Amino acid sequence: MSCWQTVQDYGLRSLGIGERLLPREGFTLCEQVTLIGSGLLWNIYFGALALLAGFFLATALAVGKGAKNRAIRKSASWFIFVFRGSPLFIQFFFAYFAFLQLKSVSPAFDPFTSAWLGALIVLFFNTAAYSGEIFYGALRSIPKGDIEAADAYGFSGWPRFRRIVWPTMLRLAWPAYTNEAIFLFHATTLVFFSGFPAWQQRGDALYYANFFADKTFNPFVPYPILAGYFILLTLGIIAFFGLINRRLNRHLPQSARRGLKLRINIIR
Amino acid sequence: MFSYCADPDTLSGLTWLSCYLTTGKHMQFYLSFGTVLLLLAITAPSALLFGFFGAASARSRIWPVAWFGKGYIAIVRGVPDIAFFLFFVIALDQGFEWVRHQVLCPDWDQPIRQGNDFIVCAQAKLPRGNTAQWVHEVYGFFLAVLTFSIVFGAFAANVLFGAMRAVPHAQIETAEAYGMSRRQTFWRILVPQMWVYALPGLSNLWMVLVKATPLLFLLGIEDIVYWARSLGGTANPRFTEYPHGDWRMWYFLALLIFYLGFTRISEIYLERLMLKLTRGQATSGGEAQRKVTA
Repeated sequence: MSCWQTVQDYGLRSLGIGERLLPREGFTLCEQVTLIGSGLLWNIYFGALALLAGFFLATALAVGKGAKNRAIRKSASWFIFVFRGSPLFIQFFFAYFAFLQLKSVSPAFDPFTSAWLGALIVLFFNTAAYSGEIFYGALRSIPKGDIEAADAYGFSGWPRFRRIVWPTMLRLAWPAYTNEAIFLFHATTLVFFSGFPAWQQRGDALYYANFFADKTFNPFVPYPILAGYFILLTLGIIAFFGLINRRLNRHLPQSARRGLKLRINIIR
Repeated sequence: MFSYCADPDTLSGLTWLSCYLTTGKHMQFYLSFGTVLLLLAITAPSALLFGFFGAASARSRIWPVAWFGKGYIAIVRGVPDIAFFLFFVIALDQGFEWVRHQVLCPDWDQPIRQGNDFIVCAQAKLPRGNTAQWVHEVYGFFLAVLTFSIVFGAFAANVLFGAMRAVPHAQIETAEAYGMSRRQTFWRILVPQMWVYALPGLSNLWMVLVKATPLLFLLGIEDIVYWARSLGGTANPRFTEYPHGDWRMWYFLALLIFYLGFTRISEIYLERLMLKLTRGQATSGGEAQRKVTA
């Protein structure tokens, strides 16, 4: 069987399109590369959607944590503390079994027990909490002069937030937020190892890499393939976030622009 | 456990619960919290050691050593840590067996990888087939600790490498002006001063390490996640004296609360440590402390 045939059979296997049965023996390099790459689609799905939705909730949480109203402040702080203070792995397990209980109450919760929705919700809350903390830190370090200038120009309330506070907050938070995005994509590999079933063996990249390592008893082929895919994905994220970073900083003089200086700060 | 637990069918309410929560299986569940703490106690210093050697070799002037150090630091940036956990547990096991195979059976002529099998001679098997169960468990735990140390060592190396570069350059120049060799400068000037710069990164790393402990489950250790899953599952009256429904949600809620408490306590202690270490330092933290007292 040629490699192109394999790509046609298994390229979208993780979505249930193409050949139903996974290869059984004589695993070729081509099959491994194709299937692991096909699984990567799930990682991108989880990461991109959770990040997009989490961005808005994170902004709300950051504003909430800095709010004057005690009830709002406390609830936002607790939300952030619960999701940042406990391991994502345990959150996945808890959410999965909680959804299972709810399912027995009402069939409306049926889709929540499958990974595409249930795990996405956990990732969404999780990234919102982590980014909310980043945004909150940025909100507090907005230069005082910027706010005073906005006041002097007659900005207040929503326009002041929309035009002055929010863009500055994003600009300050962006390097840390890029880091958060990278680790969110890495965290998506936990989904199929934490209760959520891979229905009809439709799993993510790590699921297939683990499948091949178990079958061939040789970890030295599938895991480096997975590593290669993830390094490419990470470089893609850095490039994409770098573009936004350039746009956020476009009003600053060239020398004052801050490049994306990335460092390890969080994994879950 | 208690004397009234002899016949669980007659119990109800809190007495039933007190008997249920003190069965032998539950005792093993509570002991597995000790496994987690033991892992932390061993992994934290050994990861720091790995990290120190990683950072020191990344600074080396011999380029293969420097490349090795930098590669070690860089690789964990781009790849999910869970992939490393799954990889190293098998790779280390096979690596050890391969080395023993080369040493113990030099006249073995068949290839080690035959199709989908990994075959070494009987003497090289780890642990030996006829050993007791606890040896297997200890070996599994040892592999897990080594895996954790390698992965978190890379994170620690990154932190320490940054801290070494944060030490003011004038300090190094002064040491050179006093005629210290490179080795002396490293041990007497750089290493004692880098810790205060490394502490924020290292305390962050500690929190990450605490939150990574449930991944022990993926490495095949009977840890708290394993027990929570097996104890919480529906208990059939035919097989147990304490039948109940699917309680896994509640068991994982308990784990969630355990971790929340653990990270909160760590946070409080690390804050105190930071306060202690920044006292009198020429950093913004130290300056803020001075202003409060003045």
